[in-house]
Amino acid sequence: MGGQVERWQYLNPGKTLAETLDISHTTLLYVEGVTVSFDGFRALNDLSFYVDVGELRCVIGPNGAGKTTMMDVITGKTRPDAGYVFFGQSINLLELDEPRIAQAGIGRKFQKPTVFEQHQVYENLELAMAGDKRVWPTLTARLSGAQRDRIDEVLGIIGLRDHAWRPAGALSHGQKQWLEIGMLLMQDPLLLLVDEPVAGMTHQEMDRTAELLLSLEGKHSVVVVEHDMDFVRSIAKRVTVLHQGSVLAEGSMDEVQHDPRVVEVYLGE
Amino acid sequence: MGIVKALKGDTGGQVMLAVLLVVTLVVPVLNLAVPETSFWHVSTYTVTLLGKYLTYALLAVAVDLVWGYLGILSLGHGAFFALGGYAMGMYLMRQIGDRGVYGDPLLPDFMVFLNWKELPWFWNGFDMFWFAALMAILVPGVLAYVFGYLAFRSRVTGVYLSIITQALTYALMLAFFRNEMGFGGNNGLTDFKELLGFDLQSDGTRAGLFIASAAALALGYLACRMIVTSRLGRVAVAIRDAESRTRFIGYRVERVKVAIFAFSAMLAGVAGALYVPQVGIINPGEFSPLNSIELVIWVAVGGRATLYGAVVGALMVNYGKSTFTAMFPEAWLFALGALFVLVTLLLPRGIAGWLPARRAG
Repeated sequence: MGGQVERWQYLNPGKTLAETLDISHTTLLYVEGVTVSFDGFRALNDLSFYVDVGELRCVIGPNGAGKTTMMDVITGKTRPDAGYVFFGQSINLLELDEPRIAQAGIGRKFQKPTVFEQHQVYENLELAMAGDKRVWPTLTARLSGAQRDRIDEVLGIIGLRDHAWRPAGALSHGQKQWLEIGMLLMQDPLLLLVDEPVAGMTHQEMDRTAELLLSLEGKHSVVVVEHDMDFVRSIAKRVTVLHQGSVLAEGSMDEVQHDPRVVEVYLGE
Repeated sequence: MGIVKALKGDTGGQVMLAVLLVVTLVVPVLNLAVPETSFWHVSTYTVTLLGKYLTYALLAVAVDLVWGYLGILSLGHGAFFALGGYAMGMYLMRQIGDRGVYGDPLLPDFMVFLNWKELPWFWNGFDMFWFAALMAILVPGVLAYVFGYLAFRSRVTGVYLSIITQALTYALMLAFFRNEMGFGGNNGLTDFKELLGFDLQSDGTRAGLFIASAAALALGYLACRMIVTSRLGRVAVAIRDAESRTRFIGYRVERVKVAIFAFSAMLAGVAGALYVPQVGIINPGEFSPLNSIELVIWVAVGGRATLYGAVVGALMVNYGKSTFTAMFPEAWLFALGALFVLVTLLLPRGIAGWLPARRAG
């Protein structure tokens, strides 16, 4: 099926991957029966997981439950031994490499924030902006009015408008995390994978981050992996609990918290 | 328009170019129009020396572009300089014609001496100036492109890359030392007569070469400024500071690196081509690994990632070298080493870092 996508693209060179996306069934991401083994250890064990268009989903689970491995599989960093991963109903992610998956509309924020410290906040967003990133077009690139508006809009979303002309290296830890989320937004992804966004943040910063992620809901699908239960409670509508590489429970925060299997896993730790 | 934008906020560059303009206008006049007996006369020796320094300054700008802004510490840029110099040297050799010691109308003296009967194929075309000028740019550019493509694609970075650039220039030095290569062996190419019909020994030609060197430096500087102030320049700095992150937001890091590296090598080639007619010789010593290290020191002294700092550093260190070697010829290398240590310890951002109102690159 993914082969068809490739061929179809070849016949229609003007079309981007994102335009071939088929989300008529309102499901954006399909992860089905995925198994990943490292030296006999099953990091993911027949994992099935679905994300709807515009949904904000939290993924929790004890250490080693397979949360990061799942993100690695979706973004092309790790290839599964078995299973399917589809973006919409037409794009087979297992056939694409990392930059192509990014172009298809999946953005990922890693645990450790990395921004370009010597550049101003504004320039960080400019560099991340979706567009032609080959050498010559980059050399002659000028910001259009619409692009300036977009950068300004994102600056507003991440609350860094007052810091636009400061070097990113001068930002606080929390501000860097927001800037990185802003850089993700500049890439116009349909799906954002956000790994531990509030690690090392103060409570105030956590509240701002919760607001930020909630404001993205609807326009983007967002998958948040997080350890901090208070934070998860403050943003989650649906929570997926991973345990030993597969889904243990899924539902509202209240449901999963009172699920006896979840209690056992967390208390047994 | 583009020039104004490229120099916006670059106070150091504006001052440097203004001084360069004044010097370029005044020095040839003081050399050619003022009588030798006058206090204001500038000797032809000085004009040529200044012209040589200006080609060094252009070379330093080329190094700063890749080191300061892209984070590639090239310890082999002397090779691109020397290749540009050899291209010009081959043209100058063929201009000698039958005025050589052996009087062969076609073959340069060293080939007659080696008992060669015909011109090697790669010497064809070098009797034409435009061809030689093109090769002075293309040969370093293509070599840098191929070298960069292989090195960057394999993701060789940091000190390993610096080491293989040293190996590159060392290998070229060994190759050019061989007589069979057809570049004059360890004597190199020398005894030049004229360039585009102008006598290389005449004062007017010397002044012309000086002006050409100044113009090349100004244009090269502006071209580098245009690159570093463009989005590509910001991508380059992003690569320098966080390479994998840059890759992750969708830039083909290898292609950016190879493009800027090749451009820098071409600038170095131009510098070499202007250097050779002024010093009157090009030999394999120019490929010496030490030369490439020395020019990195010029940039470090001037202050990396400023471009004008590279110009200042190249001029100051070379002026120091000229005066110092006249007094204590043996001690120069010790002085150079001490200078590098002192600058690294006391002035990590070089002379430019001393100056106020400098915007971080």
